[in-house]
Amino acid sequence: MQTRKKYIFLTFLASWLLLFFFGGDQLRRLPFFSGRKAEARRNWPHWTDRFLLKNFADPEELQRDGDPSLLSPRERRAAWLSIYKNSRCRMETCFDFSRCEKNGFKIFTYPRERDQPISESYGKILTSIERSRYYTPDPKQACLFVLSIDTLDRDHLSRQYVRNVDEKIRGFPLWNGGRNHLIFNLYSGTWPNYTEDLGFDIGQAMLAKASFDTESFRPGFDISIPLFSKDHPQRGGEKGWLYQDSIPPKKKYLLVFKGKRYLTGIGSGTRNALHHIHNGKDIISLTTCKHGKDWEKHKDTRCDKDNVDYEKFDYQELLRNSTFCIVPRGRRLGSFRFLEALQAACIPVLLSDGWELPFAEVIDWGKAAVVGSERLLLQIPSAVRCIHPESVLAFQQQTQFLWDAYFSSVDKIVHTTLEIIKDRLSPHHSRSRFLWNTLPGGLLVLPDFSTHLGNFPFYYLQHGSSPSGKFTAFIRVVSQAGSLSQPILRLIQAVSGSQYCAQILVLWSCEKPPPPSGKWPQTTVPLTIIQGRRKLSDRFFPYTAIQTDAVLSLDEHTSLSTSEVDFAFVVWRSFPERIVGFPTQSHFWDPEQGRWGYTSRWTNELSIVLTTAAFYHRYYHSLFTEYLPAGLRELVDGLAACEDILMNILVAAVTKLPPIKVTQRKQHKDTMPQQVKGTAGAAGSRRFSQQQDCLNQLVDWFGYMPLVSSQLRLDPVLFKDQVSVLRKKYPRLEK
Amino acid sequence: IMCASAKYNTRGPALIPRMKTKHRIYYITLFSIVLLGLIATGMFQFWPHSIESSSDWTVEKRSVHDVPVVKLPGDSPIPERGDLSCRMHTCFDVYRCGFNPKNKIKVYIYSLKKYVDEYGTSVSNTISREYNELLTAISDSEFYTDDVNRACLFVPSIDVLNQNVLRIKETAQALAQLSRWDRGTNHLLFNMLPGGPPDYNTALDVPRDRALLAGGGFSTWTYRQGYDVSIPVYSPLSGEVDLPERGPGPRRYFILSSQMALHPEYRSELEALQAENGESVLILDKCTNLSDGVPAVRKRCYKNQVFDYPQVLQESTFCVVLRGARLGQAVLSDVLQAGCVPVIIADSYILPFSEVLDWKRASVVIPEEKMPEMYSILQSIPQRQIEEMQRQARWFWEAYFRSMKAIALATLQIINDRIYPYAAISYEEWNDPPAVKWSSVSNPLFLPLIPPQSQGFTAIVLTYDRVESLFRVITEVSKVPSLSKLLVVWNNQNKNPPEDSLWPKIRVPLKVVRTAENKLSNRFFPYDEIETEAVLAIDDDIIMLTSDELQFGYEVWREFPDRLVGYPGRLHLWDHEMNKWKYESEWTNEVSMVLTGAAFYHKYFNYLYTYKMPGDIKNWVDAHMNCEDIAMNFLVANVTGKSVIKVTPRKKFKCPECTAIDGLSLDQTHMVERSECINKFASVFGTMPLKVVEHRADPVLYKDDFPEKLKSFPNIGSL
Repeated sequence: MQTRKKYIFLTFLASWLLLFFFGGDQLRRLPFFSGRKAEARRNWPHWTDRFLLKNFADPEELQRDGDPSLLSPRERRAAWLSIYKNSRCRMETCFDFSRCEKNGFKIFTYPRERDQPISESYGKILTSIERSRYYTPDPKQACLFVLSIDTLDRDHLSRQYVRNVDEKIRGFPLWNGGRNHLIFNLYSGTWPNYTEDLGFDIGQAMLAKASFDTESFRPGFDISIPLFSKDHPQRGGEKGWLYQDSIPPKKKYLLVFKGKRYLTGIGSGTRNALHHIHNGKDIISLTTCKHGKDWEKHKDTRCDKDNVDYEKFDYQELLRNSTFCIVPRGRRLGSFRFLEALQAACIPVLLSDGWELPFAEVIDWGKAAVVGSERLLLQIPSAVRCIHPESVLAFQQQTQFLWDAYFSSVDKIVHTTLEIIKDRLSPHHSRSRFLWNTLPGGLLVLPDFSTHLGNFPFYYLQHGSSPSGKFTAFIRVVSQAGSLSQPILRLIQAVSGSQYCAQILVLWSCEKPPPPSGKWPQTTVPLTIIQGRRKLSDRFFPYTAIQTDAVLSLDEHTSLSTSEVDFAFVVWRSFPERIVGFPTQSHFWDPEQGRWGYTSRWTNELSIVLTTAAFYHRYYHSLFTEYLPAGLRELVDGLAACEDILMNILVAAVTKLPPIKVTQRKQHKDTMPQQVKGTAGAAGSRRFSQQQDCLNQLVDWFGYMPLVSSQLRLDPVLFKDQVSVLRKKYPRLEK
Repeated sequence: IMCASAKYNTRGPALIPRMKTKHRIYYITLFSIVLLGLIATGMFQFWPHSIESSSDWTVEKRSVHDVPVVKLPGDSPIPERGDLSCRMHTCFDVYRCGFNPKNKIKVYIYSLKKYVDEYGTSVSNTISREYNELLTAISDSEFYTDDVNRACLFVPSIDVLNQNVLRIKETAQALAQLSRWDRGTNHLLFNMLPGGPPDYNTALDVPRDRALLAGGGFSTWTYRQGYDVSIPVYSPLSGEVDLPERGPGPRRYFILSSQMALHPEYRSELEALQAENGESVLILDKCTNLSDGVPAVRKRCYKNQVFDYPQVLQESTFCVVLRGARLGQAVLSDVLQAGCVPVIIADSYILPFSEVLDWKRASVVIPEEKMPEMYSILQSIPQRQIEEMQRQARWFWEAYFRSMKAIALATLQIINDRIYPYAAISYEEWNDPPAVKWSSVSNPLFLPLIPPQSQGFTAIVLTYDRVESLFRVITEVSKVPSLSKLLVVWNNQNKNPPEDSLWPKIRVPLKVVRTAENKLSNRFFPYDEIETEAVLAIDDDIIMLTSDELQFGYEVWREFPDRLVGYPGRLHLWDHEMNKWKYESEWTNEVSMVLTGAAFYHKYFNYLYTYKMPGDIKNWVDAHMNCEDIAMNFLVANVTGKSVIKVTPRKKFKCPECTAIDGLSLDQTHMVERSECINKFASVFGTMPLKVVEHRADPVLYKDDFPEKLKSFPNIGSL
């Protein structure tokens, strides 16, 4: 075998050499072999005098691009205001920025009028705004105004169509030609053309509209929102359907569609063609003619058979079992199935030419959907077949991220709309496209905190950096004694002994003033005392003194050793987006009482790490204080030991991951007060029930239970292994 | 059908014997081609050499002045003005582009002509140096076609880069008489200096009907989003001056303005900033008393001080780019080249390539009204971010601004991405500078999911001939509650696996896969039989792992599905004496690898190992019959940037009597070989991806003083 190979190879080589020396010259001139050369000849010529050509512009002309006869910048801006109005509105011409300067981004909703009922969906939108941290009841403070007139359905054949809107808004003293107003709309126009007409003059108001057409969309001014149903949840929202990352995608179908086939009218061009790609195997495209009252009038030869096939498949079933879903235009450009496919991790294949995709100003749809062309429907099957399994997996994950970050509830849709507008107000302090399209998403990233990726706990890997190598210890003191107790002195000693400790901050939340500096122990690291406002939520205030990425949150009663601190910090550096700490609790559903409960008893699981001894990223202080609405913080201030739970819920909602427990549970009595029912006195049990109450109220506010359970804890590699203590890095953890 | 490359070979190693017949066919074909070639050559040796024609053969030697002249009659048609409502789906004919496997549009360039009006006066300069460079770049690119019938996009050779040198009506007439003009459908015009006095339109004034415009100064009112392309105004200095990239570090000035002929209103606002903030703000202007011969464009002055331009831009952290009569300014290109962060003050300006470039990462956009606050706005940006913006600015220049070629290709790529969106270039590819592409990771399993327990895992046992031990492993593993399937990879070609009746009876399906060659990589093949996400790779001699330990390992993997979760841990160390990496299996306080003799991981990594392993590592491992586990550790760490998770305490894995507690043989040669593997892999990966950690995972109640029967995983760490 070997010799034969060698022989073949040698012959091959020899003949090539022969060919090259004797025949190559002629051969190269043969048109067949010289195809490439021939093409090169017809390329753009290399002009002999190309180096003598003149520049397209004189260098000085390029650098001195001024014209003294022009309007001055101020005059030009003033002139713009009169030219670029209404359909040509832009932020710089139709929006009054000065309204937002003094009080920041505040939104006022017009008071609801009793005689004017509003639709369920519009009610949810208004509630979302009123629940947001930007809401103000005072129109004088407002930067943005939202009408109480329901403008969602502007199809005048609809029952929810509100008449005489023009007349009404002209009566509003705040209307001001629509300046700084935001109008929401889901349906515009009516049969047969479904135009973008709203039936009233929006003037200079911004329009947040579903099914936006790129032609009437005013870029950088309007916002395209998704079409959502009246059952779309106010908050929380359902999870996405992707629960595993399988590769190759093990779905039964490649591409599916099930929906109406329009025989006439707008949108029928595409809907009428969809059945062509049906192959009955991995591509299922089912249409029905049954819709409207007089469908039988337009009925064609396909209808009867199609209608029968149509009933054989279940829409939900198809959604669940297909890799790609066709999302064609309906009468209007957007459709419910867009969000349905997104939630189902069925990659949307969009066939809706000219649709300004929802939130396309910030969302990179190319990562989550296939933007097809209505004219190229027949190419779609081959195009989606060619998408690599890895890309399919990435697409699927991105659909789930986007669904969860921006679409799963009315709150998210509305808040995304508001954040996009807020970003426009200060372009230099806004989120980059990267932040909008990467976990955990734009809503959870506060540009006021920072615009630098390295300052957030989420992007170290993508950014190629790592969290800072030191931490700030943050001790809260609430005891009434006014002097320093033994435990806190020991704690300060232990913490300051850590090689990773940068500084110690003491949050003094007592009535009595803190002891003079001479009374505090001498430490190698700086110790600073902050006077608190004696509120429970104080402990998560973003104090400017915290400059390290890591915060070690402690209570005066906490007892920790230096090795414990060292080990936990090293672990945290591997999981900078999570809470890493010592004492834990776990939550559970109590079916008898029909509510959530939680316990700090010995359990095989954990979902809460108490912030009396835990590391976490300092960004969570900002999220806690700035992102959560004031109402939640007030709730926490009023309930005992609730701030802990809120922090854990917040971090779990952001990361979708459980916290991390380090090292074995302390054998001695827990630092936490007794929580087992009946064993502690009346005060204890009241506290306990308050805590359960806290958890349930928080879950209600979030709309779902964000906490995630974990079955593991992290120990040092050689923990309790049978090896000499001398070889162990953390021998003291084993006592 | 057209995308075979997208399909993985799912048949696996069983295909190998077929390769041999394939080879034979291959050789026979080659042989016959060579033979044919020889015959053909022989024939041509004696053929009259008539095909040769000297004029065709040599490269054309022509001057632009020799191009044909076209006379435009005074009444020849003029296209409609640009249609502001044009979008790809209304004004662009996609049918011309068709579906093709390469997903590349075909671009045709009209040949160069000289246009004169009916009196013989020329319409414009024939072609500028820059437009010639641009057309050359297109014609040298993959997009080019010389076949006008196959073209999807048409680029006229009529140079409209600078509107100032054009006769508008005649240029429009010249466009209209192009052979495929058809109302400008699928035609692309490049323009950098639009408009002219007195109103300076922000888009080219030449009537162009439906043609796409790649323009350098669009405002939001003239830019047809998703149709036009916003391009930079090319700065010829880019080609003239070589400014080496300047590293991070302090720069002399904080804000610098270098533009000449600024509007006095802007200038006075800048001067107010300077008065307030002193020397950190430098406002330059043209020099009034330069000696002769010094080009004014290369000097700037502040009072009597003379500075070299564009070198001075490198002395500043931020450089102001204000609008002039037009919105697009060539100075933006100079500023980016200098790695100075542009502060763009030009309301309504559409930044170059804004459809794909994330300008927030490279520039600061400040509304004109906020100019007085510029200093404080810029000061609030953290230093680290400024350094990244400087790097990003420089990268944008290098990739998209530095030459007409870069501008042309980026423009065509953007249009290409619209036509083949499913093959479009990603955000990261457009925006990440090489340094970031190198140091960052993009985890393919990025969504935080905890897979459902019900799915279970598939155990894969690689075996050669240790049947007895294999059967014990099978029996042990089958006790794990979450096991859903067992796959035995029979790597011995000389011996048949035992008969069906001899295999242990277990409660889950057991499948035997026979391989064609005894290769270690067979362990990591993405077999179709693996239906779960989780894979447990286990050696045929690991008999000491308890059911609790394995079940716990699976639960840990569910919480970390993108990592290797394994039992015996290993470490790599830097040997300072030998100056290379060293493998360590001693009792260490750290781990950076887990052995795949017993480890859980995601099936995705089998794909990566089989199809995406960098360099020759896969073959190298198969040839050396060693280190497949180290290769897997490198691969996973490199793609996810994350560490492994070691579970449970150290213990015996193989037999109760063994002295060595785990792993393969621990003799000296073994250690040397393993160290060599690490060094080899580190050099192929070009980096050391492994991450060292000091933790391992235990059950929450491990070693706690608590009744064992109430613990989920009581039997952990027993020897």
